[in-house]
Amino acid sequence: MENMPLLVLILSSVVKILIIVHMLLIGVMIMIWAERRVSGWMQDRLGPNRVGPQGLLQPVADGLKFMFKEDLIPNHVDKPLYVLAPAMLLVPALVTVAVVPFGSSITLFGYEIPLHIADINIGILYILAITSLGVYGVVLGAWASNNKYSLLGGLRSSAQMISYELTLGLGIIGILMLTGNTLSLRTIAVEQGAYPWQWNFLIHFPAFLAFTTAMFAETNRLPFDLAEAEQELVAGYHTEYSSMKFAMFFMAEYMNMIVGSAVTVTLFLGGWHFFGLENVGGPVWSGLISFGIFFLKTAIFLFVFIWVRWTLPRFRYDQLMNFGWKFLLPVALTSIVVTGTLWIMTGSRLVVGIGNVVAAFIVVSIVAGLLVMNKAPEPAIQDDDSRFAPTALDAVE
Amino acid sequence: MNPEQILFILFGAVSLIGAIAVISFRHPIYSALSLIVTFFAQAGLFVLLGAHFVAAAQVIVYAGAIMVLFLFVIMLLNLGTLSVKGAMGRKLKGLAIILGILFAAEGIYIAVNALNDTAVASAEPATESVTTTTYQIGELLFSKYLLPFEVTSLILLAALIGVIVLVKREGQEES
Repeated sequence: MENMPLLVLILSSVVKILIIVHMLLIGVMIMIWAERRVSGWMQDRLGPNRVGPQGLLQPVADGLKFMFKEDLIPNHVDKPLYVLAPAMLLVPALVTVAVVPFGSSITLFGYEIPLHIADINIGILYILAITSLGVYGVVLGAWASNNKYSLLGGLRSSAQMISYELTLGLGIIGILMLTGNTLSLRTIAVEQGAYPWQWNFLIHFPAFLAFTTAMFAETNRLPFDLAEAEQELVAGYHTEYSSMKFAMFFMAEYMNMIVGSAVTVTLFLGGWHFFGLENVGGPVWSGLISFGIFFLKTAIFLFVFIWVRWTLPRFRYDQLMNFGWKFLLPVALTSIVVTGTLWIMTGSRLVVGIGNVVAAFIVVSIVAGLLVMNKAPEPAIQDDDSRFAPTALDAVE
Repeated sequence: MNPEQILFILFGAVSLIGAIAVISFRHPIYSALSLIVTFFAQAGLFVLLGAHFVAAAQVIVYAGAIMVLFLFVIMLLNLGTLSVKGAMGRKLKGLAIILGILFAAEGIYIAVNALNDTAVASAEPATESVTTTTYQIGELLFSKYLLPFEVTSLILLAALIGVIVLVKREGQEES
């Protein structure tokens, strides 16, 4: 890349940015369609299938509808922040993708063009930094709406994001310890081999589970969608939003899912590697194939997102906090200690992988045991009648 | 002017404007947001210095975590617009003027010193940007600066335990 003329560098970067941003936006549309179709399939119904083949144009119709809806700004809102909030959620979702490498490289006109927008030395930290800003959109939107349901949703969301961000960051450290001396996502992807057992998710299996769970929480998806729990909070933080502003919240959620999946694929699932498909075809085709592999892996992971949504019910708030702080965080911390110790002692990825699983199992058992032992006696549920009717306790007294 | 100077002026200006906005806004939420803008501009300045890790840490720790807690508290307490009035306000005003004058004097002193310092004035701007990687920072932290690093972590640990003890006692009294 160093020997590339400035003009080629700028031109290739602009083209890559255009392609990736448009893929993200189109990906959001496809995800909305996929979510509705897959949930229909899982619930044994059809889902939208009227607009276009298989209902594929449904998101276009939805988008048009959003644009022509009245953009209502209620009188009681704090206007500047109310307008700013959707953008503050959408922008971090868009710019995170800049450091994700989405393929090996393409050689065009004698120039080797690496398939990423920017490969910075602190790639992972950049992602953690930008994703941690997404919460502002939610919190400010909630506050600016001046609505108690919105505010409750925003408070829930911010507490949840702060709690799970820790696990998100700590889950990665195990990988970083075994990967060169850089935080660049490209290096992490390159150092994983072509075969599935060389990928990080097997070596750091507990950390992988913790990271993925934390990512679900960060994207506000079920089972972690307490910020917009319909039964309790109308629509949570975006109750007061309509038209394109609501659509922006909606798009940001899906964009976060796509970027999150791409990051997980890069970190844990071998990036663009797949055995048998390395160096197939010429310098152009191998790059395109690697891009295709990355795309497919991301798509499979996105399917898991939908799958989980229609499989698991929503957590209760105390369950959410307990789960985050008492299970995920210890598991992520253990993974760091065990990975470091075993790597120094044996230097074998196999030992590290087995040790991680065993240690995580022990830690989870200990935590679960402690929780059961220290469990406070369940407060007796008082229904309205019991206040008047004499109870067994009254008789004793 | 080379691009780096333009960026420096840009980030510096944004961080100054943000800092002024923090104390000019009447509403605490807007003040908090302006502070975030300042943190961002400072992260930009760190990047210009080649300290990418510090820039990322600045955004993660300050903009991403601490300011969210700030907003959280402001929203929970539902603070309205703040005003400096009454006897307490007048006392605060006097204190603010004294501290402001002291701070301005300090700033002027440093600026004059720097301008007179021939080493700084004649120094050529670095021709190639030096980038400090996370690897180098980690190596330094665990060798040359091991003691300060460990002491800092001990202080943090003590603070952590202190907070847990304080919170725990309250909870037990309630139940």
